[in-house]
Amino acid sequence: MTMIKSDIVLDAKGLACPMPIVRTKKTIKTLEPGQVIEVQATDKGSTADLRAWANSTGNHYLGTIEEGEVLRHYVRKSTGDVTEPAAFAQTVNNATVEAARQDDSITVLDVREQAEYAFAHVPGAINIPLGELETRHAELDSNQTIYVICWTGSRSDMACRQLSDKGYTVHNVVSGMQEWASETTTLVSAK
Amino acid sequence: MAQAMTAARVTKKIIGRESLFILDVRNEDAFQDWKIEGENFKYLNIPYFELLDGVEEILDQLPTDQDVLVVCAKEGSSIFVADMLEEAGRDVSYLSGGMKAWSEHLEPISLGTLNETGTDQGEVVQFVRIGKGCLSYMVISEGEAVLIDATRMTDVYLDYAASRNVTIKHVFDTHLHADHISGGRDIAEKTGATYWLPPKDATDVTFDYAPLEDGSTVQVGDTAIEVRALYSPGHTIGSTSFIVDQRYLLTGDILFIDSIGRPDLAGLAEDWVGDLRDSLYNTYRDLSPELIVLPAHFMIIEELNTDGSVAEKLSILLANNHGLNIDDEATFRKMVTENLPLQPNAYQDIRETNMGKQTPDLETQREMEVGPNRCAVR
Repeated sequence: MTMIKSDIVLDAKGLACPMPIVRTKKTIKTLEPGQVIEVQATDKGSTADLRAWANSTGNHYLGTIEEGEVLRHYVRKSTGDVTEPAAFAQTVNNATVEAARQDDSITVLDVREQAEYAFAHVPGAINIPLGELETRHAELDSNQTIYVICWTGSRSDMACRQLSDKGYTVHNVVSGMQEWASETTTLVSAK
Repeated sequence: MAQAMTAARVTKKIIGRESLFILDVRNEDAFQDWKIEGENFKYLNIPYFELLDGVEEILDQLPTDQDVLVVCAKEGSSIFVADMLEEAGRDVSYLSGGMKAWSEHLEPISLGTLNETGTDQGEVVQFVRIGKGCLSYMVISEGEAVLIDATRMTDVYLDYAASRNVTIKHVFDTHLHADHISGGRDIAEKTGATYWLPPKDATDVTFDYAPLEDGSTVQVGDTAIEVRALYSPGHTIGSTSFIVDQRYLLTGDILFIDSIGRPDLAGLAEDWVGDLRDSLYNTYRDLSPELIVLPAHFMIIEELNTDGSVAEKLSILLANNHGLNIDDEATFRKMVTENLPLQPNAYQDIRETNMGKQTPDLETQREMEVGPNRCAVR
């Protein structure tokens, strides 16, 4: 079982509806945009409610892992409505990424948080979250063409600029995992 | 503090065609899927998590001239919202136990006395599971009782039998149910009654049962209240009807008031559609049209009679039920195998539970049974 990383863990075990959502709402306020909260709950209705709540509030429900009686829900805090115009010129679309999956000269780099990557990612993609790219970029093969992907194409745009400055050959994938309709790999047995 | 309203009270409002305004604070999906139905009920669906910061925004959408009932899945969120509404000066109630309790409420309704000569008049009691549309029956005569299609809320039947001072002797399931968990076997174990199942539906069950065959009869009490089995396959291959005292026809999931049974829940629609047609168009048509049909489900609240019961003369159904009036066999076949409604929630797990292959805990059983029965095709 893969450990899912989160920035904060909320223990809502034993609490009945509406308390898991009330606590989540309160706790997520303490997070930075883009950070991930793990909500531990035992109320079976919390899965559907948390997903619906996240959708209605602009937060991103990543998934739930069931471990015995405990449900571990993962939600990434909304990054707000600020959508910076994509600045990096070299882009590829999702279809190109799908078509290039068998191509040995191409690496798919997923710069989302580990929790997002764990629930669903492009098969074969490697994961270095945007925030860790500065310290971990050496893990990448500079001889490869790198397709950088995130949820919407926004974080990957920033990652492309960083990596391009360091001499990597990169393309930003638009529009990213949000629109990804093909096969994905998961590291969790999510329900 | 907001007042609780019980499922029994809401049931009375439905039967009495009273008005009620329901503020349902569950998810939109859950509300769309299944809600409390009443002819004169009005609805507003706002998930509770939209109201965590206050209820001011919805106050003008709530009437002040009729009862307002706040409803959620298990009651917690409805109390949370109802209390906020009370603080805002509104007089509202919440549904005690939420939709869980609503799904479990059984309303016993007497269908009247049987045609019996003894001193102790026999009786058929219909247990209306109002939230889920399931109907079960107790036939009573001279201190004895027979149960048909009992739900898992076994205490209701046991308490009712005790209050009427009758002993449950036989427990029947008309078929292996796919929409709800049967309480039949459990009741038989607790009372020492015989549990009967159609053997053709019981090929995979893990327990002993008495085989319910065409023509099987039991007597209720010393005088001749007879319950006779009539093989009527189609919803399942074993589906069996009952004729009680030459007066009532219990049709299980084959024939409903305004619809007919669907043949697909055990995965064999194509194989069983011919049986379904034969049961509806031959077997039932050979019976006395004066029989009163008592089905195992209702689908829409309009099927309830003014006393809350669900019952209609066979002659009237033969004339009015669309599913009994499709002359062309190909058209019939198409109707019951294509464009079927959604299947009941967790129906495969429910079937396995009724076979004894799964033994989920109570909370899981409740989750499995969430939603309407969906056993009919119209």
